[in-house]
Amino acid sequence: MTKQILEHAAANGLLNRRHLLKLGVASIGTAVSASALGAESSLNFSLPSWSRQPGANASGYGERSPHTDFMQRMAGTPNPTYPGGGASRTPLQHLQGTITPNSLHFERHHAGVPAIDPAGHTLVINGLVRQPLAFRYEDLLKYPMISRIHFLECSGNSGALIRGTNGGTAQSLHGLVSCAEWTGIALSTLLDEAGVAPQAQWLAAVGADAASMGRSVPINKAMDDVMVALYQNGEPLRPEQGYPMRLFVPGWEGNISVKWLTQLKLTREAGQFRDETSKYTDTQADRSSLQFTFPMGVKSLITSPSGEMSLAQQGLYQVTGIAWSGNGTIRRVEVSADGGNTWADALIESQVHDRALTRFRIPWQWQGGTAVLMSRATDSAGNVQPTLQSLMARQGSINTYHNNAMQRWAVSQAGEISNDYA
Amino acid sequence: MTMRKKMTRLLLIVGSWSVLSSCIAQDQAMNLGIPVSESDLQALDLVAPPDGTGFPEGSGTAQQGRAVFNTQCAACHAADGTGTSGATVIVGGDMQSDEAPLRTVGSYWPHASTLFDYIRRAMPANAPKSLNDEEVYQVVAYVLYLNGIVDQDAVIDKAALMAIEMPNADGFIDVSQRQ
Repeated sequence: MTKQILEHAAANGLLNRRHLLKLGVASIGTAVSASALGAESSLNFSLPSWSRQPGANASGYGERSPHTDFMQRMAGTPNPTYPGGGASRTPLQHLQGTITPNSLHFERHHAGVPAIDPAGHTLVINGLVRQPLAFRYEDLLKYPMISRIHFLECSGNSGALIRGTNGGTAQSLHGLVSCAEWTGIALSTLLDEAGVAPQAQWLAAVGADAASMGRSVPINKAMDDVMVALYQNGEPLRPEQGYPMRLFVPGWEGNISVKWLTQLKLTREAGQFRDETSKYTDTQADRSSLQFTFPMGVKSLITSPSGEMSLAQQGLYQVTGIAWSGNGTIRRVEVSADGGNTWADALIESQVHDRALTRFRIPWQWQGGTAVLMSRATDSAGNVQPTLQSLMARQGSINTYHNNAMQRWAVSQAGEISNDYA
Repeated sequence: MTMRKKMTRLLLIVGSWSVLSSCIAQDQAMNLGIPVSESDLQALDLVAPPDGTGFPEGSGTAQQGRAVFNTQCAACHAADGTGTSGATVIVGGDMQSDEAPLRTVGSYWPHASTLFDYIRRAMPANAPKSLNDEEVYQVVAYVLYLNGIVDQDAVIDKAALMAIEMPNADGFIDVSQRQ
């Protein structure tokens, strides 16, 4: 093997991203997490048993390999005072690419997942309209549809870092973000059919769950790029994502993409629902509270190596992660291995979509010393991801919503990776 | 591919295109929404905002609400509203306290209308929508009373809710137009 001359791009072992295309696969180590893959594999040159007998038949509905069963959403423990309330988090550290499998897309429910029979579900549009309308699911399926790839992020994602937390993984700290292709009807199509009155400034969107969860959407946004989503990654929405239909509001905090959508009511003023007053409002250091803080800020996260993984040996590693912004596309991702003193540009490897997860990678040579790995994203509007310190200096430590700060992953001399914030 | 197969495929393509284009031509007038009247939607429409639209007839006092609250709400919120876990505390708190403020109905919520709207649609958590409108008004009155915002004999109805100035009403900044 010819010796490669590796061009360093930043301190503590970060290499020029172009080396990703040239490095031999065998020379790149993989950071492993304790739950991944189990026993170490060994090379085997005898014909394996699965090559000596016919395999399973074709099936009506596909299942994953049992060897990947360890990839699970992380759900909290049920709370008896909050039946059905809670969340589950996407195992970001185990996934690649930018699309989250539907079975691993994060969940957040306020009164559980309703078991909706679409034949008994109605979507109504009423309030300040020319003609109140009711839509049956089967009729909505006949409308022209649009498909868009977008992330969805709970505004409470990463909030634990502001409260202060010990340890954690990419999943436990940041797993309330996922990305999918959403297909449905442009909301403006349905609103135009009902005829929006000129005095309508807001839209109350209400779900058919036990909490009848409601959120208010400004009419400008509703007429712009909001959709009534019916499909996710090509299949009908799953119950936990709002089957048979949900609102999908690109780039904005997840809670406003109301699931199990059953009512859209045009109004002059915002509804002032519980989930836009008591919750999902951002109390600042001066004790004033910002209301209707909708877009999710520019953000990125290294998913590998990440919290609770370990580096088995010194050598070359592929640092990879995801970046996204509620304000446009990802223009740049930089990575630091020395806690933010020096930065190198990462390769933006996936296709870049507006308000969607974007995959970045960069090679890193670990030589057995301590390191702090961080990533910093810049979006097409010029917004740059802040440090946690600067975010908290700006807003204080009361508000835990909309934390888009950089995650710091500490690497010990033993190669153990941990959340550097505690 | 034989000529006949090619022709069949071409016809299929042309055929499906004409179906598709007729759909697109009707795009402006899909009109599959079924016209309804607001009165048809009375049971379904639970939106009760601060402008008073959507509130039903009825009223209640805290005095009346105490019994309903003790039966339906106290298991989680405790009889005095101090709660059984962090998220169930509905009284107390001070937005100007030195430490991180406890944010409750009394200390944080900007609108009294939200209490009616939320309790009617979502409470009690184990049996939402099981209270009738009178009971909802009574429980709203009781929660306001527990927070020292109304007297126990005050009659709470739609007009009274519209008139209540919540302690933190001025504590919010609407940034919806900044984005």
